[in-house]
Amino acid sequence: MATHAVRVKNLTRQFQQRKVLDDLDLTIAPGEFVALLGRSGSGKSTLLKAIAGLDHDVTGEGTLEVPQEVAVAFQDSRLLPWLRVLDNVELGVKPGRGKAALEEVGLKGRERAWPAELSGGEQQRVALARCLVREPRLLLADEPFGALDALTRIKMHALLRELCAKHRPAVLLVTHDVDEAIELADRVVVLQEGRIGLDLPAHDADRTHLLSALGIGVAA
Amino acid sequence: MTHVLDRPATITTPAKAPKRKRLGLGKPIPYGRVLGPALVIAVWSITSATGALDPRILSAPWTIIQTGFELTANGKLPESILTSLQRAALGFFFGATAGTVLAILSGLSRVGEALIDGTVQVKRAIPSLGLIPLLILWLGIGEEFKIVVIAVTVATIMYLQTYAALTGIDSRYVELAEAVGLKRTQYVRKVVFPGALPGFFLGLRLAVTASWLSLVVLEQINATSGIGYLMFQAQNYGQTDVIVVGLVVYGLFGFVSDALLRIIERRALAWRRTLSG
Ligand SMILES: Nc1ncnc2c1ncn2[C@@H]1O[C@H](COP(=O)(O)OP(=O)(O)OP(=O)(O)O)[C@@H](O)[C@H]1O
Ligand SMILES: [Mg+2]
Repeated sequence: MATHAVRVKNLTRQFQQRKVLDDLDLTIAPGEFVALLGRSGSGKSTLLKAIAGLDHDVTGEGTLEVPQEVAVAFQDSRLLPWLRVLDNVELGVKPGRGKAALEEVGLKGRERAWPAELSGGEQQRVALARCLVREPRLLLADEPFGALDALTRIKMHALLRELCAKHRPAVLLVTHDVDEAIELADRVVVLQEGRIGLDLPAHDADRTHLLSALGIGVAA
Repeated sequence: MTHVLDRPATITTPAKAPKRKRLGLGKPIPYGRVLGPALVIAVWSITSATGALDPRILSAPWTIIQTGFELTANGKLPESILTSLQRAALGFFFGATAGTVLAILSGLSRVGEALIDGTVQVKRAIPSLGLIPLLILWLGIGEEFKIVVIAVTVATIMYLQTYAALTGIDSRYVELAEAVGLKRTQYVRKVVFPGALPGFFLGLRLAVTASWLSLVVLEQINATSGIGYLMFQAQNYGQTDVIVVGLVVYGLFGFVSDALLRIIERRALAWRRTLSG
């Protein structure tokens, strides 16, 4: 078994003259759940897209070792409105396993629905099922719960934890929510000035410390 | 003070709710849309009956209905309708096919785009009906000429709408397609084509309207058959009733074709219905 699911070395990404990622290193072990925090505009999405190989026109250098089986979850559920739920889940894979995945996220029986007929939380669960059927060794998620209400968010946390425990992909979860990061992740990393400025095991991570790393002073 | 307490709670209507002036239009009048046309027909009938409206200006409504029946009975109207429909249908079919194929070639490949798009954009600046003199020189004034004019009109519209739809796919969906590793053909089949379908249908509906317009113009300048020819002859003999029958037929053409397209569109874009309703 490989010793890492992802290895990023000396990664640089820049827009015009501005270096957003500057000589960044990050390694994620197989099955490890890493939460990525950082201020708005610090380059979290840029890093995620680089790892996912979705940044065609962005200039930069560095080495990326990424497994073949990668799944990406976006902030919006990004379902194709003209495909039924099941077809959305099975997009780009051999048909057959979508039903089981939908059942796992609690959407049994909704296979034939149009995405527009689902609530925001349900749509995000479909997106999760779409990731599951790919049996990813790496799951990249860019604020997947950002658009959900607090209650739905809590349910989605439980679901995600359960699914990760079962399928054990390595996870890189971008979030702006410190509590979410501590609750879900094994490890919390903070992006600062284009690099990983802070890298802590989640059980050691201190809320106040993390918040101050994000530039938010908290009254004790 | 006791009598105040004795009284049953009369606070059912609390302090008067502030009354706002309604700025919207309010409830529509029932059957309101029919009202205007009905009024026009009523005035038309009355003035015709009293003789205030000269039949040389406009025949009475009943004369027109009678003429419609006569023209149907003697076969003139069905024959003209068939001729006109055939022209429009052939022109529309060839034009829609050509426009769509060109749009796909140019929307899906950079080479196609380089060769086709600029050319069509130039053509777009020239109204298709402006090509009539040139096309008459090339093709004469037979049926081919009429069909070609309609086809060119339709093709231009279909191209523009379909090309815009194909190239205007939401970049977020492109990113998704890359993220799930779609092959190029799957990407085109599952993302580009279905995503462009609403634009394609918009093109069809605009094109159908334009094809009727071209037909009317063509049949009135130089035709020896068809609805327009029927009307042109009637003009020479001052038969306003026949002219109005022709107008009604044109109106029906437009109405029915648009209604048909709407039905097909609703079927094809079933996923959209949930958004609006
Ligand atoms: N396509 C682009 N062109 C130019 N600049 C860009 C582009 N994409 C991102 N940037 C810039 O790069 C920086 C990092 O953007 P990125 O989207 O990675 O931030 P982020 O950490 O994900 O922020 P947020 O938490 O708000 O999502 C920002 O300053 C942004 O303006
Ligand atoms: Mg972002």
